[in-house]
Amino acid sequence: MRNIFLFIRRYFNFLLFLVLQFISIYFIIRTSRYHEAAFGNFSNQVTGKINDRYSNIENYFQLKKTNDSLISANEILYNKLKLNFELPDTVTKMVIDSIRVDSILQYRKFTYMNARVAANSVTAQNNFIVLSRGSAGNFRKGMGIVDASNAVVGTITDVSEDYSVVMSLLHKDSRISAKLLKTGETGTLNWDGKEPNIITLSGIGKGVKISKGDSIITSGFSTTFPKGMMIGKVEGIYTESGSSFFKIKVRSAANFYNLQYVYAIDNAQGEEINKMLDKAKKQL
Amino acid sequence: MSDLVKNIFRFSLFILFQVFVLDKIHLHQMITPYIYFLFILWLPFNMNRSILMILAFILGFTLDSFRHHPGFHTAACVLIAYLKPFMINLLIPQEGSDNNYEEPSVKSLGGIIPYLIYAGVLSFVHNAWLFLLEAWQFGDIWYFFIKTLLSTAVCILLILITELIFTRKQRFRTNTV
Repeated sequence: MRNIFLFIRRYFNFLLFLVLQFISIYFIIRTSRYHEAAFGNFSNQVTGKINDRYSNIENYFQLKKTNDSLISANEILYNKLKLNFELPDTVTKMVIDSIRVDSILQYRKFTYMNARVAANSVTAQNNFIVLSRGSAGNFRKGMGIVDASNAVVGTITDVSEDYSVVMSLLHKDSRISAKLLKTGETGTLNWDGKEPNIITLSGIGKGVKISKGDSIITSGFSTTFPKGMMIGKVEGIYTESGSSFFKIKVRSAANFYNLQYVYAIDNAQGEEINKMLDKAKKQL
Repeated sequence: MSDLVKNIFRFSLFILFQVFVLDKIHLHQMITPYIYFLFILWLPFNMNRSILMILAFILGFTLDSFRHHPGFHTAACVLIAYLKPFMINLLIPQEGSDNNYEEPSVKSLGGIIPYLIYAGVLSFVHNAWLFLLEAWQFGDIWYFFIKTLLSTAVCILLILITELIFTRKQRFRTNTV
């Protein structure tokens, strides 16, 4: 017993070093998935407040860019208005829908909610975005995030009262189900941790005809994103020997360098689907 | 200014500068500029090693809180805090110099070359351990190696600039010890 104490006293520094390293590595491993410790919530609130102050100032310098992106988003929306389409009278007859708009609310599946970006990073291997809206603003874990022009940015992994943390596409654990617009094959998007704005699409078989510039959209198989949201365009196609899949480099449609405002997409039916999935998994 | 106030001031300044200035600079995907760990390099000679490591742990954890993925910088900071006394023992010019001066600097280590070795080796170790932990999941050895070298070069440059801009008053303590 005495020897143990002597040993501890003699190598106290080294042991402390090992313990601290062990704690750090435990943090890394544990937070590879979701981190939801009480302390995580507290530190989110604190760092969120500081980030918020900073982005308040930074926002003034980006107002022009923000305006431009809003105008182009508006342009797309205006072009989708029904007023712009006129069909020749002989083909169809116009029927005015007598149902009140309110009454179709129960069929609504996705709701958009805006949020301001408080902090963002692209240089780390695991990039997170902080939004200055949290559970008090109806944000929940698992909601999908798109930028002002409806391009996929990431998913919420953690919410505190006033802030939420988004795992951006530029994160090694981010897995998003994606689809080729032209042929409809689905694959998985992940990031190799190297170049920002370039993500990898895997799981597309070598038999598929694919060319540079093809659009990649969300598949709609997961509950986070509606079907057909823009993810990016094919930048390069690589074949690996010994694999029957392509390795496709995709340039993301969202520019992660200058995110200012984003929208969170709430899936009203997501909970129902997830509940059933959980039940099915339990039965196995 | 008391040592405690000075160090708290340095701590917050380094963290804020790292988070809001250096992290916003996108030089190149291979280069991540770091300066915050200079806080550890500047800590006094005669500080207890356990306290040194605990301070490094807090520093790393604070930066990690801003990055929302605790662990990476914490581990790297604790490692360089552990190695710092060894480096000083190797580089200290003559017996007792660590008693004459308070903290490591160009003057107290006896010239620019020992100081560069001191800062260079520790920032290399910091970056290597940090990127190794991050790269574990990617496993591309060349990418890791080049990234470490380039980032270390930028770190040393930043440290030199900081040393030039902020001249620290080096009190020469009478060697009654």
